[in-house]
Amino acid sequence: MKRGFSILAIVTALLLSFALYEALIAAPTERTMGDVQRIFYYHVPSAWTAFVLFLINFVASVVFLIRRDTKADILALVTAEVGVVFCTVVLATGPIWARPVWGIWWTWDLRLTLTLVLWLIYVSYLVLRRFSASSQTPVLAAVLAIFGALDVPLVYFSIWFFRTQHPSPVIGGGGSLDPRMAHVLLINWAAFLCLAWLVCWTRYRLEVVEREVEEAQALESLLEDSR
Amino acid sequence: MSFFGITRATLTKDVRLEWRSKDAINAMLFFSLLVVVIFSFSFDPTAEESRRIAGGLVWVAFLFAAIVALNQTWARELRNQVLDAYRVSPAPANALFLAKAFGNFIFVTVLEALMTPLFIVFYKLRALGPTWELLPIAALGTWALVVNGTFFAAISLRTRSREIMLPLLLFPISIPALLGMVNATTAILTGEGSARFWIALLVAYDVVFTIACLLLFETVLEAE
Repeated sequence: MKRGFSILAIVTALLLSFALYEALIAAPTERTMGDVQRIFYYHVPSAWTAFVLFLINFVASVVFLIRRDTKADILALVTAEVGVVFCTVVLATGPIWARPVWGIWWTWDLRLTLTLVLWLIYVSYLVLRRFSASSQTPVLAAVLAIFGALDVPLVYFSIWFFRTQHPSPVIGGGGSLDPRMAHVLLINWAAFLCLAWLVCWTRYRLEVVEREVEEAQALESLLEDSR
Repeated sequence: MSFFGITRATLTKDVRLEWRSKDAINAMLFFSLLVVVIFSFSFDPTAEESRRIAGGLVWVAFLFAAIVALNQTWARELRNQVLDAYRVSPAPANALFLAKAFGNFIFVTVLEALMTPLFIVFYKLRALGPTWELLPIAALGTWALVVNGTFFAAISLRTRSREIMLPLLLFPISIPALLGMVNATTAILTGEGSARFWIALLVAYDVVFTIACLLLFETVLEAE
């Protein structure tokens, strides 16, 4: 367990440094946008990582409601927290790129709005977890996570009706990406996934310890009362 | 007692309580009246300008006002441990949920019926599109707000500072519904474009979340 964690930490550090080198130096400069385009190697992998984490959150919430397994609940909490962080990175790097390229910081376009709404939903999920009484929190949070996931396709279709300004999806879309750029992008994504995994793992262990401490304290005060 | 017997009994009780006290409806009416007046200062309410903005304005006013009714839905049952009594009784949880959702639907519909003339007068509204389509939009939109609102009110009941929690949970999830209501209403008021897509979206939203609420409400009610 401990060994696996160290190995993952080392792999993440190596991958991240390699990905940084690839993104800033090795990747070819984009013809029209210039160096600004390099933020793409952080923006897109962060978005994908956030979506993966939110998907795990949904699955963990469903598993929790079926099996009432504490591990699934902790996993759901952890992925939502880290997912919100990555989603924030997406929302912060997007405008930095959009300002010089589009000339505007923000536009109410499909993918921007969808990401923002996702961010809002998961922030409200975290707020609920923070404000709710401890014993019922997992159930209520899992239910909210399912509602949030159900909302995503509806948000997508409602905003899809507006004209979209965002560059079309790079993978699976009509756009063509230089194979070297795609290569750098995938390396960055791998590095970000490792980083997310590492942070989630750390946070998971922290949460387990926190709950153990809470239980021990509750038990102690009970014993003191009965004395 | 049958499923719908319980629903009807609870619904009648809620409506009677509201009829005698008029707590929620008065608060909602006064609140949306304030919204109407305050918004009129934020832009120039000429007929042209109003037509473009009114869709959003009306629904935001109703959304905020509905929170008042939604918040007191379950809070009322906490007094004298009514909710606990319900929990131990063999009555199905969904019968209670449906009664509460229908009750809120009635309250918000009454609010809309009373406020719409005021909106028309103050903002000089006259629809350029097919006016009758506003009726299904109002019904679908109100149900969209109320079904999730009733559900999330039950969730926020278990939290600290529950009155603040409800809008924080409800608004992000309601964004597609709100987009649907606002754009459908604007399309009809301005007569530009069709409201069909937005009505279809509202129907989809209502169906998806009504099913989700009915499937998950028992879990929330029994959460301990």
